[in-house]
Amino acid sequence: MCGIVGLFLKKTALEPFLGKHLSAMLDALSDRGPDSAGFAIYRNPAPRGSVKLTLFHPEPDFGWDHLAREMSEEIGSEVRGEARGSHFVLTAAMPVETARHWLSRHRPGVRIMGVGDCIELYKEKGNPRDVVRRFGLDKLAGSHALGHTRMATESAVTTQHSHPFSTGLDLCLVHNGSLSNHNRMRQWLSRHGIEFQTDNDTEVAAGYFTHLLGEGATLEQALKSGISDLDGFYTFAIGTKDGFAVVRDPIACKPAVLAETDDWVAMASEYRAIAHLPGADQSRIWEPSPATVYSWKKH
Amino acid sequence: MIEVDVEALGVRALNERLHRLPPDTNERLWKITNPKGAHALAAGLDRPLTIEIEGHVGYYCGGMNKQAEITIRGHAGPGLAENIMSGVIRVTGNASQSAAASGRGGLVVIDGDASSRCGISMKGVDIVVGGCVGHMSAFMAQAGHLVVCGNAGAHLGDSIYEAVIYVGGDVESLGSDCIEKPMTDVHRSKLEQLLASAGLRARAERFRRFGSARQLYNFKVDHAAQY
Repeated sequence: MCGIVGLFLKKTALEPFLGKHLSAMLDALSDRGPDSAGFAIYRNPAPRGSVKLTLFHPEPDFGWDHLAREMSEEIGSEVRGEARGSHFVLTAAMPVETARHWLSRHRPGVRIMGVGDCIELYKEKGNPRDVVRRFGLDKLAGSHALGHTRMATESAVTTQHSHPFSTGLDLCLVHNGSLSNHNRMRQWLSRHGIEFQTDNDTEVAAGYFTHLLGEGATLEQALKSGISDLDGFYTFAIGTKDGFAVVRDPIACKPAVLAETDDWVAMASEYRAIAHLPGADQSRIWEPSPATVYSWKKH
Repeated sequence: MIEVDVEALGVRALNERLHRLPPDTNERLWKITNPKGAHALAAGLDRPLTIEIEGHVGYYCGGMNKQAEITIRGHAGPGLAENIMSGVIRVTGNASQSAAASGRGGLVVIDGDASSRCGISMKGVDIVVGGCVGHMSAFMAQAGHLVVCGNAGAHLGDSIYEAVIYVGGDVESLGSDCIEKPMTDVHRSKLEQLLASAGLRARAERFRRFGSARQLYNFKVDHAAQY
């Protein structure tokens, strides 16, 4: 089954409450996905020349501060960080590849969940209500966010198999559905240099979009190509640095509702998740058409 | 009129209260507030109640309904009036996919649009849609009527049996074994009756009729000996 939610704020005055609203949206869809939950939130842009990485390690008392200090000393650049549950958001004054390379050499057990200027990506096993509490989502401010509650069908219930999946810099993907051609697509993408961390079908879709965007496609073009190349059932929500997009497969079995007011745009598997947002009663509500890309961007 | 805030009472408690009403109940008029997309509201009723729901509802509202007349002032989620047996269910807004799926009787009126698979496997229900319907509507429809005042999406009436479809607007494409058929006076009068019972004002003259060509496997007498 799975539940997906997205909230994009049009007014900065609402930004302090983004996390609070997204928590409530995820909680409302707990019974669509009680196995695990995750969210990507766009907030606190890294200073120019710096990059933000969300890191995960399963050990409860992993030495994150030590990692940041060691990385800073060895590379000779400023590295700051903040632990949040089992995750750590690292802001490092260096190119992305330098940070990635250092981590793979010195902390091979650390998993990189998301990378970019603004994105922070948190996900874990467990009931969505507990997961968002562990990460303190309700206190987080930001401009937009996506979330997922997972009922696993295609692969194991682990933190790594949870959504969102990062799809390149400041990009992430949440998925309700299942893909049927992911094995062949994974082989094809692997030959084109895309690396996969799990056997999950959604990670393949994420890799597919990363590949097309890397080849120069716009997000809109990549999503349209996906409609013909990705076989299966899906409602996807995709987060970008300054907006988000929604697309459903041509059969459109997997539910989706969009709602918009002057203050926000919300997407969810069910209206229940939107009903408690301020002004939801008066919002324009519609069901996204099959095989159609919907996107919003900050002006 | 009895007013119930379903957010405060809970769906299960509300439905139990409605199910426990005796056949000769005087508590016939109900107003339900704050549905906020809740599932299975007023499902499984079997009393001549009049129920008004103020707001948007989630999955399976009014499912399996018998006798009751339910009005939803808002939009409805997937599976509205699924397997309806009798009574009337009306939505003033839009309905999501599979509205009135497998319905055996009664009337379902959607003032706005219905999404994909409206009337899938319908078995006798009458459905009147003021707006448009999505793709694969009336898929494997067995009996009853589907009236669409607006346009119909792709593959309308795929593998249809004996149900009758009337469309006032454009049809994107017809499904397998579904064909256009002539509108006779009998059909026009039936359509007028359906529109009138739905309280919709649309001119019956502009509608076209669609139904089964009866060419698929199960219609071939040659196969009868295999059973």
